[in-house]
Amino acid sequence: MTLTLVAPATSAQTTGKRRPWWKRHLSIVIGGLLLALMVAIAVAAPLLGTVDPAALSPIRRLRMPSEQYWFGTDALGRDVYSRVVYGARASLFVGFAVALLAVLAGLLFGLLAGFNRWIDAILMRIMDGLMSIPSVLLAIALMALTRASLENVIAAIAIAEIPRVTRLVRSVVLSLREQPFVEAAIAVGTSTPLILWRHILPNTIAPLIVQATYIAASAIITEAILSFIGAGLPPSIPTWGNIIAEGRAIFQVRPHLILIPAGFLSITVLAINLLGDGMRDALDPRLARQL
Amino acid sequence: MFAYIVRRILATIPVMGVVALFVFSLLYFSPGDPAAIIAGDMSTADDVARIRRSLGLDLPYHVRFGTWVWAILQGDLGTSIFSNLPVATLIGQRLEATISLSIVTLVFAVSVAIPMGVLAAWKAGGWIDRIVMLFAVLGFSVPVFVIGYVLIFTFAIELDWLPVQGFTSIREGFWPFLRNMILPTLALGTIYIALIARMTRAAMLDVMAQDYIRTANAKGLRTDRVLLGHALRNAAVPIVTVVGIGVALLIGGVVVTESVFAIPGLGRMTVDAILRRDYPVIQGVILMFSFVYVIINLLVDLSYTLFDPRIRY
Repeated sequence: MTLTLVAPATSAQTTGKRRPWWKRHLSIVIGGLLLALMVAIAVAAPLLGTVDPAALSPIRRLRMPSEQYWFGTDALGRDVYSRVVYGARASLFVGFAVALLAVLAGLLFGLLAGFNRWIDAILMRIMDGLMSIPSVLLAIALMALTRASLENVIAAIAIAEIPRVTRLVRSVVLSLREQPFVEAAIAVGTSTPLILWRHILPNTIAPLIVQATYIAASAIITEAILSFIGAGLPPSIPTWGNIIAEGRAIFQVRPHLILIPAGFLSITVLAINLLGDGMRDALDPRLARQL
Repeated sequence: MFAYIVRRILATIPVMGVVALFVFSLLYFSPGDPAAIIAGDMSTADDVARIRRSLGLDLPYHVRFGTWVWAILQGDLGTSIFSNLPVATLIGQRLEATISLSIVTLVFAVSVAIPMGVLAAWKAGGWIDRIVMLFAVLGFSVPVFVIGYVLIFTFAIELDWLPVQGFTSIREGFWPFLRNMILPTLALGTIYIALIARMTRAAMLDVMAQDYIRTANAKGLRTDRVLLGHALRNAAVPIVTVVGIGVALLIGGVVVTESVFAIPGLGRMTVDAILRRDYPVIQGVILMFSFVYVIINLLVDLSYTLFDPRIRY
């Protein structure tokens, strides 16, 4: 794929067509495979030679990686391999749940704002306000209010993501409303709910799927950040953020206690981001050329 | 122009109002009764009720919100439950480290990211472009504390080139200051660089498809003149916008980076306040960060005319 200074768009289009599907969408393939691997690890955690990730064993503290303890043991003698494998469950579940919750809520608010001027005026001021609080800080603030639990972490991160989805949906609705097919539907007297369902909703799906992957990726990072600073999931649940936080004190002597969960975390987020980038390119060829 | 500036400044008031309402509700609904904490363990219910009255805690929500906003407008952010010091004083003590880290990172990120984006757009599809895009995806995927620990492991522990953590004020000399700043800046700056480089590339590609770029090339203008004089100038508005929006990433990242590198700044203070459930401090820090973020984006909006003379208000 050679792009020249003069016409970057056209040459990309002509050469892109002839290659096989998987080569054109390499990032979907790589991202999808990596993510599938992580999901498989999370689902099959009990079958992967793991022991109870919370089992303490004071006499086996801080072992180096060995045949028995693949990733060694932590300061409380727990098997780090088992903890990292089980940690995939928390991270992926949080990512998936936040993406679903934020997309559904953002879709509802965005449709409402796009079709009712009064709701729009009030709702978007609230969203502007929420968006001016950096999302990590917003999640931290919400977690400070409640106790550490899975539901609260998911809700706190989702609330921080909702304004962006609302804006996206609203902008799609506003641009669609000017389209001839929507104007025609209004002209022949189609009811607003039916217009939303039949003409607007289907057009929001593609951008929302892409947005959902980015939300999932950033939610997994935010969860890890919350756990890392002690405002996330309770220490009883093994998450990559918690494992990293516990490894901090002994990082200089046992760096692998942080580097291994950090690697899993980064690969998972990378997989989801690659999937999102690939899907954006596949679903929106106009944007694909830009980013 | 003046009318626009005034309107744009007025438009930030409702936004800050929502932020204030949210932050106030945080304290209002926070678990624990400040009056009971102040009264102590040996107090009777009557004592607690009297303290509640004297602090105005028995008043309705909107009255308390009004008093609180009035106090903030006069610079009173409340008092820390833990240290009993005014929150404004505590923020003042921690400001230097956070401002140093943020400004160094901002300058570093912008001066690295924009050339990266320009190069990638110029050589779009080539290996430089691929490396920049790979870096952008990685930058978005590797969390800031992971980068921080990898950097510490490599450059502080294995190679022993730089200190593991800590902060030295710039008043104690530039080199000691910089030595402590290098690793945190790299860790904090990565995602910001990824964001700006990506946007620069996209904006440049957009502009480079325009007719006047073809004209400039056709008349034999030097490539660097075309890229910097014509393309980058016209791509400036989206780039400046993303620099402003990205400050949110910087603020979120500061909280984590300061914890990883033991930098005594506002981020570190926030984390400590969360662990101690010191709500007035959490409240004050969030309010301040949000205010800074809103102001920066206001300045970005107002700077558009500097970068693009076609924009007139």
